[in-house]
Amino acid sequence: MLTLTSPVETPLHRLPAGAKLAALAAFTVVLFWLKSPVALALALGGVVALHVPWGAAFTTHAARMLRPLWPFVAVVAAWHLWIGEAAAGAAVILRMVTAVAAANLVTMTTRLSDMITVLERLAAPLAPLLPPRRLALAFALVIRFIPTLAARMVQITEAWRARSPRRPGWRVLVPATLAALDDADQAAEALRARGGAE
Amino acid sequence: MERSLTHIALFAALVAILGLVPQITLATGVPITAQSLGIMLCGTVLGARRGALAVLLFLALVATGLPLLSGGRGGLGVFVGPTVGFLIGFPIAAFVIGWLMERTTLPVGLAAGAASAIGGIAVLYLFGIAGMSVMLDKTPAEAAMLTGAFLPGDALKVVLAGFVTQAIARMRPGALLSRA
Repeated sequence: MLTLTSPVETPLHRLPAGAKLAALAAFTVVLFWLKSPVALALALGGVVALHVPWGAAFTTHAARMLRPLWPFVAVVAAWHLWIGEAAAGAAVILRMVTAVAAANLVTMTTRLSDMITVLERLAAPLAPLLPPRRLALAFALVIRFIPTLAARMVQITEAWRARSPRRPGWRVLVPATLAALDDADQAAEALRARGGAE
Repeated sequence: MERSLTHIALFAALVAILGLVPQITLATGVPITAQSLGIMLCGTVLGARRGALAVLLFLALVATGLPLLSGGRGGLGVFVGPTVGFLIGFPIAAFVIGWLMERTTLPVGLAAGAASAIGGIAVLYLFGIAGMSVMLDKTPAEAAMLTGAFLPGDALKVVLAGFVTQAIARMRPGALLSRA
């Protein structure tokens, strides 16, 4: 399965994941504390500067990940121009874009396995409630079953199309949910046969 | 034990799949996916605790960088974006829906629909609107107007959640953990 990690290898990939996440958290706190559009524009400039040296492919990938934000940018811009508070609007937009771009940058330069390791370390204090091995098993199960369920969904849709000229639409939902339930039962049996989840 | 774990994992996968597959565009031009329907099904089928855990597991995978949110979104960016309130509301909505399912004695389909309306719309929008009002620096009323576009789609999903849950209760009575 594709992850959002950039295939373009950058020096940022080699930094420890925990350090990047801590830096991101600190940066985000500062962003929400800054009020002036000029300071926020400088912060955005800094984040952009961290993208540019790694080439056009990396920057395009980053720009594509920001796409869901544009409708919000448009609405906020229109609203603030309407009420005549352009500076406040600029601050809101700059803060939002900078925070999301910085977080995306960490995602793009950290491998899934490194991120999961950090997550497991963060969950370590919960060990009495949530044994780390069970968490790791749950992660592995989801990652393994997403393509399985997706393939099942395609089969169900094709079977529907073979029987009916109408579009399947929501009718695939019941068989898809049943498939998930049945797979869950079978996976549970298989786990138990192999010595259980502990 | 194993059954609980695999159900949580499989429903986390189901939520992810429902965000990827069927995208319908409403008459108003707002694209809707079945992802929030997946959140509702976590509550109506798995119950409060397991349903909320399934959604949390799904969100953890999104945070680690898998593009599983509807529209192929994912990574850490979505947790500081304008729609973060909805993400925070997801596990709480699943918990509320499951809690209501476990307590009501209404017929399954009706109970699932009503619980989904309360959890999947009222509770979820409360968090979504609060999040948007903080992130975009708007009053809650202004943020509510922005989310209003999604309401028709979510109303449709509430009805579907009722139907799907009822169908499951009929075909796999033992699988409806919220009523077990």
